[in-house]
Amino acid sequence: MGVELVRGQNRPLTRTRLEIRVRAAVPLPTAVIVDGTDDQDPVRLAHQGGPALPGVEFRAAADRPLIVDLAAVPPGTPRLTVLLALPQGQDAPTCFGRITPPPHVAVVGVGDEELARFTLHGLDTETAVAALELYRRQGAWRIRAVGQGYAAGLRRMLEEYGVPDAERDAGRMRGTTASDRSSPAIPAQRSGPPTQPGTSPSAHATPPSATPPPGPAAAADPHPAAALSAEDRPDPSQPVAGDAVGWTLEERLYNQVGGVFEDLTRRIAAYRGAVDFAQSRLDAELDALLADPADRTGAAHDASRERAQARRDALTDQARAALDHDLRGLTAESEVVEPALPPAMAGWESPAWHGYRVPSAADATPLAVRLGDLHLPEVPELRVPMLLPLPLDEGLWIDTGQGYGAAAAAEPDVPRRRAAEMAAALALRLLAAHPVDGLTVHLAAAGDRDAVSDAFGPLGVTGSLRQWDEAAGLLAAMTRHVDLVQLALRAGAPDALPPDLDPGRHLLVVGDFPYGVDDRAITQLRYLLDEGPAAGVHVMLLADRADAQAFGPVLDPLWRSLLRLTPLPDDHLADPWVGHAWTYEPLMVPDGSRVLEHVALELAAARQAYGEGRTGH
Amino acid sequence: MTVNLAKGQQVSLTKSGGGTLSAVRMGLGWQAAPRRGLFGSRTREIDLDASAVLFADGQPVDVVYFRHLISDDGSVRHTGDNLVGGAGQGGDDESILVDLERVPVHVDQIVFTVNSFTGQTFAEVRNAFCRLVDETCGQELARYTLDGGGPYTAQIMAKVHRGASGWSMTAIGTPANGRTFQDLMPSIVPHL
Repeated sequence: MGVELVRGQNRPLTRTRLEIRVRAAVPLPTAVIVDGTDDQDPVRLAHQGGPALPGVEFRAAADRPLIVDLAAVPPGTPRLTVLLALPQGQDAPTCFGRITPPPHVAVVGVGDEELARFTLHGLDTETAVAALELYRRQGAWRIRAVGQGYAAGLRRMLEEYGVPDAERDAGRMRGTTASDRSSPAIPAQRSGPPTQPGTSPSAHATPPSATPPPGPAAAADPHPAAALSAEDRPDPSQPVAGDAVGWTLEERLYNQVGGVFEDLTRRIAAYRGAVDFAQSRLDAELDALLADPADRTGAAHDASRERAQARRDALTDQARAALDHDLRGLTAESEVVEPALPPAMAGWESPAWHGYRVPSAADATPLAVRLGDLHLPEVPELRVPMLLPLPLDEGLWIDTGQGYGAAAAAEPDVPRRRAAEMAAALALRLLAAHPVDGLTVHLAAAGDRDAVSDAFGPLGVTGSLRQWDEAAGLLAAMTRHVDLVQLALRAGAPDALPPDLDPGRHLLVVGDFPYGVDDRAITQLRYLLDEGPAAGVHVMLLADRADAQAFGPVLDPLWRSLLRLTPLPDDHLADPWVGHAWTYEPLMVPDGSRVLEHVALELAAARQAYGEGRTGH
Repeated sequence: MTVNLAKGQQVSLTKSGGGTLSAVRMGLGWQAAPRRGLFGSRTREIDLDASAVLFADGQPVDVVYFRHLISDDGSVRHTGDNLVGGAGQGGDDESILVDLERVPVHVDQIVFTVNSFTGQTFAEVRNAFCRLVDETCGQELARYTLDGGGPYTAQIMAKVHRGASGWSMTAIGTPANGRTFQDLMPSIVPHL
């Protein structure tokens, strides 16, 4: 099984004769744009039924429609681009977004050895797409997953690539396959089993059925078995993003991050176990030496002592060497996974945020949202993304206190201000993960109004921020909301909710808890923390535990039920496997970056477009 | 080639072909108690448990059993507790997998044990067996037949130990009595 490429990823090609197989729910016209060797030589288009070009061959059996022989391509050719278009016909899809599961391109070498594959996720209104590029670099051929779609159509795309007679070629190319589709030998209609023995040399290979198997689960992605087992990976020292199980690339990346987290936990556990054991063995040996009064001095004693210490050092070094070996692998993996993460799971510095688009109501909610980074003292530079599945099922507590961290004591105001900024960035991140009107942020900043309100100010443009004068009013309103939603759900009548009730999700941000909060409000808060998530109501508290001392121990269970996040790094989070104390670090916006403003403006623009769309109807 | 072992028999195993072991699995299988009569659900189920104890220099440092399915370092994994047994036809009902290459450097022995959690002796259990498999090639290294084995509720099965040239395995097969691996510790220590 080959390597699943992510968009933009490239890798060297080890074969020159390649088969390019396209699998999609409908047969897609395929063509190759062959770049000219120099300025005089025009760009050419090779397609089924078109003039033959050296090195590019279309087979009649459309299961494997395209063969590229890189050795036969003219020597100066810098690049070949494999493009996909939409077929013509009454029932043909009108854009790539309508094709589910997303089309999938596999590059296969001699003997059915799959070299690479690429699933064209995330296409929407595009009607033509550049799927792959085969290009020369320093004399060697490489492959790159492109996935660049063109909403303006095939002709426009060919023009962009400099194909001389783009209109004619576009027409011919689409016409060819349109007639092919009516012929009985449509490859996509052939079922998998007859071709299976020949095309799956490895037991792990996905059956090469061109028709995706029926059923909703299978329709999500034709290649659930995308996990690469160790022996399948061509080079284990080169990790690949998405190298985990899952139906979608997002799920695979999420699982891969989880895998890195667990592996790091366990590798560190092995290391700590070995070091602790070495130390305790040394202690025991020294105790035994001292227990013998006759031998407490003298050369023999010193030699024994040194031997024991050398034994400890040898084991510790061995453990460190084993750890370093594993850490190199994990670091390399984290370096390829990090840039591939979608916005909700990426840091603010990630380029994914520059291409951020507000999800539409039809899109699935992101699997998880990143709350920060985690690391262990042995390897502070290896940071694991802290991903929390959506929808959130526990309350968040942004600690404004000063009882932790070294830097906090120096500047007493820092935690408070940073906590407000962190809460605002987190709220914006959650807004960005939802479609317009999918989430409303309610802000009740009671005590220190200015800091919290200032921080949340930029969220105002999104139109999804509601300010409340006091926490008590907000908690009472949301308690009613949860109660009504629960009533409706229990009665099996979710349509019967009153019209003033917003059916979207709600995030309650209570600043400077417990100011302005009485016993009644605390009871309501507890109710919201327990019952809210199921009814779409989530809570974020900005609080200093010291401020709530007047309530005595009765609030302890409340604190324990919240996920504590600190604006300054603090080691208070435990992993679920071994229970190491992980240092949490909040996500930082790089200096001078305007990514938060950019995201807020995207949300504002999406809301405006959404509002116009609604009034237009 | 499977070595069929009698109780108490010790035999050293190295991988055929001269290589060292890199992954081993202990599989445990037994036949579920027969169901009879109107109150079939009241049949006394037989629950055997497989465990692995990790030792460093004679000190237990970690254990993998039905309440702690993966060792802290991730190298030893239990595939899950089976409370009733299976067909007794040769399929494993519980397995413990050991990735010897990932075992922490200080761990030098791993001892496998079997206990009867519900208290039936091996004399009462039918078609019970325990086997050790070289996981890289699927080859069975050793097999014990447990049933008809007398009034014991536990057995120290085997150990893998780290030597100068890599890991090797010694079959032990000593009967013992106990409900969980904790009860077996005194019986394990002489074999370290």
